[in-house]
Amino acid sequence: MTNPETPARAVEWPVPRAAAPRLARRLNLGDLIFRALTAGLALLIIAVLASILVVLIYESSVSIRTFGWGFLRSSAWDPVFKEFGALPFIYGTLVSSFLALLQAVPLSIGTALFLSELSPRWLRAPVSFLVELLATIPSVIFGLWGIFFLIPWVRSYLNPTLAATLGFLPFFQGPNYGVGMLTASMILAIMVVPYVTSVTYEVFAAVPSVQREAALALGATKWEMVRLAVLPYGRTGIIGAVMLGLGRAIGETMAVTMVIGNRAEISASLFAPGATMASVIANEFNEATYELYVQALVEIGLVLLIVTVIINALARLLVWSVAGPDANTRRG
Amino acid sequence: MTTVSTRRRVVNVVAQAGAVACTVVVLVPLVLIFGYLLLKGCSSLSWSFFTQLPKPVGEVGGGMANAIVGTLTLVGLACSLGLPVGVLAGVFLGEYGGGRVAWVVRFCADVLAGVPSIVIGIYAYTLVVLPMHGFSAYAGGFALAVIMLPIVARTTEEMVKLVPSTLREASLALGVPTWRTTLWVVVRTARGGIITGIMLSVARVAGETAPLLFTAFGNQFWHQGLTGPISSLPVQIYTYAISPFDDWHRQAWAGALVLLLLVFLTSLAVRVVTRGQVRSVV
Repeated sequence: MTNPETPARAVEWPVPRAAAPRLARRLNLGDLIFRALTAGLALLIIAVLASILVVLIYESSVSIRTFGWGFLRSSAWDPVFKEFGALPFIYGTLVSSFLALLQAVPLSIGTALFLSELSPRWLRAPVSFLVELLATIPSVIFGLWGIFFLIPWVRSYLNPTLAATLGFLPFFQGPNYGVGMLTASMILAIMVVPYVTSVTYEVFAAVPSVQREAALALGATKWEMVRLAVLPYGRTGIIGAVMLGLGRAIGETMAVTMVIGNRAEISASLFAPGATMASVIANEFNEATYELYVQALVEIGLVLLIVTVIINALARLLVWSVAGPDANTRRG
Repeated sequence: MTTVSTRRRVVNVVAQAGAVACTVVVLVPLVLIFGYLLLKGCSSLSWSFFTQLPKPVGEVGGGMANAIVGTLTLVGLACSLGLPVGVLAGVFLGEYGGGRVAWVVRFCADVLAGVPSIVIGIYAYTLVVLPMHGFSAYAGGFALAVIMLPIVARTTEEMVKLVPSTLREASLALGVPTWRTTLWVVVRTARGGIITGIMLSVARVAGETAPLLFTAFGNQFWHQGLTGPISSLPVQIYTYAISPFDDWHRQAWAGALVLLLLVFLTSLAVRVVTRGQVRSVV
């Protein structure tokens, strides 16, 4: 797990270590202060992460005491009668994220394979640039586009088509509003694709070319080479990339809030409006008029935090184990 | 002489065509979003958009001058809080980053980067808005700084690590203390890359909406000092987008176009300056 030492890094501090250091040099005051300062600020990152958890637990303590574990199992969300249960939002988050991954993962792996195995050299940089460009678009702009382009399209073309062909399934029945779970998952898929693609591409790039050459030398076609050498070697990393995408999808707020319809109900139909943990906080936090209401929303935030931290932690460990700790920020 | 069977050849061609198709499908939404945004945004954009305050409902026209200034103010606050911490923490990770503590910091930074921005909004609300008894620019800036912190720290670490150790050795051999070597030689050499990382994080937080909803809140007028609510482009776009008024929708499109150009030009500048060595996906 530690950073692989390159030869250049191995001779990092030749002067103090090679020569027998005099006491004065070893205890250089400036060095001590500077090192303590930077170390302290680095530790601040840990402190911020820990304090987010502490603050959320503290601010939802009344709600936690009032509802207990039942908060996670109850589907009652009625601020007027002071009844709060997170199940509709947990359900909405899980379903919209799962559907998003269902659409995004095959597309991302296909695109990453195109970039790493098929694309001519001159096309690689522009295409990966365009994919990354998708990641720089702010969430609220996806939401705006979703409201005025995707929702009308889903309402007048996609949903009627699905209802006509797959309408015997409970997922594609019921009133067609345009807003809803399906639309939210499509927006999420578009937003997650660049992350999954980029990490998967890193993972494919980390596959040693000897593996590819060995497969080709045995007479494999290009696809067989991918299937036998590239995919198995990158499997752990792909799982990590998918989980990174899942972390993004679960925490994504604005675009989802703008297209999901925001109704705290569990419905089998994907046409029906729903709500996610993030969207209910964005929608209702400013309107929460009494203590318990705010606390219940913060507790939803706490659940959201714990889920994303676990997913992100696992994802990082998986990706690091394949492509090293620098995989996401440096070109492989 | 062995021959590849027809079935294997067909599978090979189909699989490759599939990968190409995936790439095309991925790029279609990008084209649609940019096309629609340009179409709607350009027709709604006017000079008054940059110079006027929002008009009340029913009155046509007005602009988002306060939101543009607000976004710049919030990003400035976030930078003044998040950059010193982020850069120095990154220097620690790059220069003294071999041990177990640094591994934990690195890990926590990556996890922090994955914390949903709405949760960071609640965090800033509790730590800043509640004690100050009101929404404020400070609260919004604080939330954005927390989002910025891990991005800046990790990119700074990368850039510091790229500095050849011969430069450090040369400086140390001249008797320069380690801390001065780090600041005057290592950080100076990595300056370009560090600024790149900073610009990427700026591009990221400039478009953030969720953490501002209940920290900076929003404001239809010029903000009165930094202890009061302040408007920002993303929040203004959100408010206008979900409103039922056509004129406000037009304003939202114009705002989205301006915001996207702001974010996009920043990323593009980074891309051109570094020739693609630093990536925008963090």
